[in-house]
Amino acid sequence: MKHYEVEILCAKTKDKLCFLDKVDPNSTIGEIKAMFHKSHPQWYPARQSIRLDAKGKSLKDEDILQNLPVGTTATLYFRDLGAQISWVTVFLTEYGGPLLLYLMFYFRVPFIYNTKYDFTTSKHWVVHLACMCHSFHYVKRLLETLFVHRFSHGTMPLRNIFKNCTYYWGFSAWMAYYINHPLYTPPAYGEQQVQLALIIFLFCQIGNFSIHIALRNLRPPGSKARKIPYPTKNPFTWLFLLVSCPNYTYEVGSWVGFTLMTQCLPVAFFTLVGFIQMMIWAKGKHRSYLKEFRDYPRLRSPILPFML
Amino acid sequence: MAAPAKGTSRTAQNDVASIKKKGPGALATAYLVIYNVVMTAGWLVIAVGLVRAYLSKGSYHGLYYSIERPLKFFQTGALLEILHCAVGIVPSSVVLTGFQVMSRVFLTWAVTHSVREVQNEDSVLLFVVAWTVTEIIRYSFYTFSLLNHLPYLIKWARYTLFIVLYPMGVTGELLTIYAALPYVQKTGLYSVTLPNKYNFSFDYYTFLILVMVSYIPLFPQLYFHMMRQRKKVLASGEEHKKSN
Repeated sequence: MKHYEVEILCAKTKDKLCFLDKVDPNSTIGEIKAMFHKSHPQWYPARQSIRLDAKGKSLKDEDILQNLPVGTTATLYFRDLGAQISWVTVFLTEYGGPLLLYLMFYFRVPFIYNTKYDFTTSKHWVVHLACMCHSFHYVKRLLETLFVHRFSHGTMPLRNIFKNCTYYWGFSAWMAYYINHPLYTPPAYGEQQVQLALIIFLFCQIGNFSIHIALRNLRPPGSKARKIPYPTKNPFTWLFLLVSCPNYTYEVGSWVGFTLMTQCLPVAFFTLVGFIQMMIWAKGKHRSYLKEFRDYPRLRSPILPFML
Repeated sequence: MAAPAKGTSRTAQNDVASIKKKGPGALATAYLVIYNVVMTAGWLVIAVGLVRAYLSKGSYHGLYYSIERPLKFFQTGALLEILHCAVGIVPSSVVLTGFQVMSRVFLTWAVTHSVREVQNEDSVLLFVVAWTVTEIIRYSFYTFSLLNHLPYLIKWARYTLFIVLYPMGVTGELLTIYAALPYVQKTGLYSVTLPNKYNFSFDYYTFLILVMVSYIPLFPQLYFHMMRQRKKVLASGEEHKKSN
């Protein structure tokens, strides 16, 4: 068995950063990253992007050295992805914030509203219902992050946590401020509007959860396999017949329900912005499904049946 | 050597050298030349209007009224530049161009037009002059670039005069917004209060203060970007054509 020599150059400056000799040809990129980390301890594997070409795509951790188009002396390029943070950490922080912030407004903690309202509660029962729904939504998300989702990537760039938290925390504080305000006006069509809204909300929450479970079951533990999702026995998953990302469809539906329930313009804005973002993600996912799978069902649209 | 058509927007960050874009076709180039010529002419009209009003009045106070209409028309017309980026005939970023044009349009309509009392302020003249000089140079820069005949003087002017014009414009804008504050607070202009059936409120006074505060991080970034562009463009002479 012939050993390989691997030299790692900086993609930007082409400086020689590391030279590894006697590398096993069956080594994976992941193992090479570990070796590189030893000589440069500040660059832990998660922040290394290793490529064959300085401007090329990153190689995967699973790629095997001898299967790459390199000679026995391989030249690889390194780019620093910047400080990384785990997806789980990001999700817990970005969802924990809204949960707590909303409750602070609900309980009318001091310095938010006029002092005479401190620690009072709203006289409208829809406000209590809204608090329960909002809290349920984020508790569900936190539990899904811990027990349901299987992440393809371990980490994301650190700056994402600031961006994401600003978005979630900012919007939830903005919505909570109005819903729990002493001058809040309940929905124009009263009980009927709130009941319909609640049904939509719950239906979509169950739907969203069903999709998450279905997606989880597509992928055995520890695997990073990619498969086409199909409807299961659960009727909520039948939306897969019409849409690539029904989890996003249900998510938008939940927030439409919440908007109807609270009749609050900031909630409508949040729903709209979330919809636009999810539509962009859904289109991307749909496109990559089409690229990856020849037999991908033609009837499906990215996020809205027959429309978008 | 073929240089793609230059951006018709004063974007802070570059979006050039997109491998997919081949630059606008002949029709789009013709349209852009016409657009940039018209805009250059428009801002020249504003410049001449200012000079004539100054000469006939004998002072530089209250000149806004003499150019109010063309200012509104041509500054608002710049919204087309967002479309140019969106459609792809100009290689700049839609978001950045949108942001820059909207901030000008905001100052023109939502501050100067809406709060009559500030129209007499000298700060208005300050930013109008800064905008006028900047735009005349910028639009002629684009015109000449599109025709592949860019006089060094115009390139120099575009990448040098901003050193004075940018701070001048920003000062005029900030002072104008500041002058508008008491009137906005007193009249509750563009503001919505609770209770209402959409459970929404908006305080334009606070919003204006936030706009002023936003200049603090934004202005230095834009300014130093232009400085860096200047070094690159003027250092390498006429051969280097980096759109901005």
